[in-house]
Amino acid sequence: MNAKLKPREFPLPSSVKVIPGTERAQSAYPYHIQFSKADDKKFWFYNSMHFPEPMSAFDMVTAEAAYCALGAANTRVHCLPTTLGIDHRIINGRVYIGGNAVTEPEEIARRTVEFQKRAFYYYENWESLYAQWKQKMLKLIEDAKAMPDPALPEFEPLEHVRAGRGIASNHDLLVTYQKAIEGYFRMWHHHFEFLLLGYGAYMTFFAFCKKAFPEITDQTIARMVAGIDAEIFRPDDELRRLARRAVELEVDAHFLEGSPVEDIMRSLRESGEPGRRWLEELQSSRDPWFNINVGDGFYHYHRSWNDDLSMPFAALPGYARSVRSGESLQRDVKRLRDERGRLIADYRELLANDEERAVYDQMITLAHRVFPYVEGHKFYCEHWYTNLFFNKIRSFGALLAAHGFFAGAEDVFQLTHYELEAAIIDLMNAWSSGSAPRGPAYWPSIVAERRAAIKEWARHETPPALGPIPDVIDDPAIVMLWGITRESLDNWLSAGAAMDSNEVRGFAASSGVVEGIARIVKSVEEISRLQQGDILVCQVTNPTWTPIFQKIRAAVSDIGGSMSHAAIVAREYGLPAVVGTGNATSKIKDGQRIRVDGGRGIVTLLH
Amino acid sequence: MPVAQYISWFADIGLKDRPKVGGKGGSLGELHRAGINVPPGFVVRTEAFEDFIEELERRSPLRARVAGLVAEDLEGMRAVSRELRTRIEDAPLPADLEQHVRDAYGRLSELGTARAVAVRSSATTEDSADASFAGLQDTYLWVMQTDSVLRRIRSCWASLYSLESLSYRRRYGIAESMVAMAVVVQTMVDARTAGVMFTRSPISGDRSVITIEAAWGLGSALVGGEVTPDRWVVAKITGEISVRDISDKAIRHAQAAGGGVEELPVVESARREACLSDQELDSLRTIGRQVERHYGRPQDIEWAIDRHTQQILLLQSRPETVWSNKDDQPEVAARVSDPLLHVMSIFGGRR
Repeated sequence: MNAKLKPREFPLPSSVKVIPGTERAQSAYPYHIQFSKADDKKFWFYNSMHFPEPMSAFDMVTAEAAYCALGAANTRVHCLPTTLGIDHRIINGRVYIGGNAVTEPEEIARRTVEFQKRAFYYYENWESLYAQWKQKMLKLIEDAKAMPDPALPEFEPLEHVRAGRGIASNHDLLVTYQKAIEGYFRMWHHHFEFLLLGYGAYMTFFAFCKKAFPEITDQTIARMVAGIDAEIFRPDDELRRLARRAVELEVDAHFLEGSPVEDIMRSLRESGEPGRRWLEELQSSRDPWFNINVGDGFYHYHRSWNDDLSMPFAALPGYARSVRSGESLQRDVKRLRDERGRLIADYRELLANDEERAVYDQMITLAHRVFPYVEGHKFYCEHWYTNLFFNKIRSFGALLAAHGFFAGAEDVFQLTHYELEAAIIDLMNAWSSGSAPRGPAYWPSIVAERRAAIKEWARHETPPALGPIPDVIDDPAIVMLWGITRESLDNWLSAGAAMDSNEVRGFAASSGVVEGIARIVKSVEEISRLQQGDILVCQVTNPTWTPIFQKIRAAVSDIGGSMSHAAIVAREYGLPAVVGTGNATSKIKDGQRIRVDGGRGIVTLLH
Repeated sequence: MPVAQYISWFADIGLKDRPKVGGKGGSLGELHRAGINVPPGFVVRTEAFEDFIEELERRSPLRARVAGLVAEDLEGMRAVSRELRTRIEDAPLPADLEQHVRDAYGRLSELGTARAVAVRSSATTEDSADASFAGLQDTYLWVMQTDSVLRRIRSCWASLYSLESLSYRRRYGIAESMVAMAVVVQTMVDARTAGVMFTRSPISGDRSVITIEAAWGLGSALVGGEVTPDRWVVAKITGEISVRDISDKAIRHAQAAGGGVEELPVVESARREACLSDQELDSLRTIGRQVERHYGRPQDIEWAIDRHTQQILLLQSRPETVWSNKDDQPEVAARVSDPLLHVMSIFGGRR
């Protein structure tokens, strides 16, 4: 649309300055993820989909582990023909990433041979490999659960001595810490074991549909592929089940809107047998289904429902009311399955000939084969395991705080994982030598400085991309995972020029048109600001916010494609959704009246 | 002579009768039989035309005059056209034929709320699906009395000898013996809104969307290009509306006081208002799918919504021609021995 205009340029990495006063916080990140002059030659974009807020020093481990595993899978394991892995850099707490494309035809050909030997084996044996994957993940989760909380007794327990254990408790700290870090890196390898192959098979079907039906919407294709009973629906399903049980047991009157969780729990405990029975039901739902983060799991403060019951409890009164008014609140799995089957059959019938139908059958079969992984892995990886991991680190924070290193356990996340190991060894040494640890005099001022830096970074906009604009973005990983194409870059570049327009455009994720009050929710903490009937406007929509979908009338996000889980949930709820707008949270004002047209992907600002 | 030879009611005919009832008549009969609402009506079959022409031929040759024309002789053609049209329009109908038409019209008037009918040419050639040829024929709206109906039937027959029709036939060498004209007489729809619907995108050729164009009043304003219609693109399977272009519809066609059609201004408040509700769009989608399924191929459909009953009625359906003629060329993707090779379209880089 702006083909005639001379494209504006993105700034070069070297021109982006560390915000004054935060230089020392910036230098906490290791040398290899600091931008250098050589990086000016490459195109980078801000990964605001996964890291929408400035990262604390420890949370950087997620970028490190994830790209380590993603690249290994692409570059070395499956040998994707046209792409290697992804480099990442952090400046002002923002994660920038850049893909490494393979462009030499001979090299692509060489990698294609390898790819077909490897990836095709995965596709052919998908079900058994995925079953094996689940076992690996569950084992990893069991191992993480079995890790002891770090503790340093004054004297080594006598039984250790009599058993001839031969190592002291300070060594256990190192073992546990290194195992925790190792487990997290390992989890990310598991995460990417299937991911690109899964997305690729889906994209193959997607591209076919777009060719056969040029005007088909993304969401329709998504509906043909999406699973019906994916793990990601389970936490919300459990919540609905608990609401039904509460009504059956006649204890739902205890769910007072706005009352603290502890008060509700206490009144249930004290209410007698039905209340206690409901609490038992709650307990059975919590493990494992409440191991779901209120965010994407990439930040230590994205706590799980288990850690903070206020999120699931906020949804209970509304659900209980629905049950009282006669709704079953049960997802009609059979109906959803039948609808999906009909959709697939109806589009199949419209194809031009039997040749096309044969190809369609081949592709959708493959897409359905891979999709349970695409939808299911997040629960195990980003939610369940990540919770265990951050909570383990938190327990180290508590120990260090008890020894005067920090004011509180949460301060631990202001250290990089390298620094944290040093602090732990400091404590190990002090415990062994009988001296005072050095940390208490060293870390508090650094923690304060870094907390201030994050606050400062959050106040500044960061460029959506850096460096020379590529002619074509042909990297399947970038296109699939971030939905970034040459076209979306042009849109980013023109976004500044179009600031006066009263429209925001994105992907049409779930159809329907509604008007209402926009509520800008920039972080998880702000979720409670949502009022019944508001339109949620956020940076990245998240399926774990599912229970709030009963409150809102529509959803708008800066980042995300039509297959983002939020888009899926919005469709299930029949709410209009526009995702991947790029700038909705900055263009729309909190409290502003807007119209969301989810079928066309347009948000109109009304005055 | 049995009545069936001159008159056929929609319920009794279908596409296979096109040689005798013409393309329009066959299509309306077929739709009616498929359970689609069409305004009730009958067809004055080609046998009526043949007998009428036969009687004219007895007085002086008619078809031979056309057969003798050469395509390049425009002046000669114009003269013959004028002469033959006058002969046809002025000649009375054979008495028994006239009686059949009177009876049928009488019956039709009892069925409908008004006596107003549309009298529409329903041409037949060997290839009666030829849409462009059918487009050359005339239609008369809001015809009110028996005598007018009889006159308009003759006008339809005469239109077969218009300069355009003659030159078309001479250019393509269509034998006069192959040419006949049936006439559809059907209850006039007092349309609140009317329009067209393509069950295949005219823009992209996509078979999964239905494009609907509509304007206030009779469809003639839209078909004649006198008003920019509202336009919607609706997903055929899911019903999602992906495009809503509501235009400024300044005029509408309506029934004129003494019969025929007049152009009226649209009241200010309705000009930029959508002339179809979402529910109506969905009903049209359902009908479009039904018709397309019935014929087994994409269709171009004319329809109207009755002002009084709010019922959707189909006026015409014909096969979509633009994209189906292109269909041999593009291939979406070829079947491969190993289905996994399809993923190379994503992983293999640009082609």
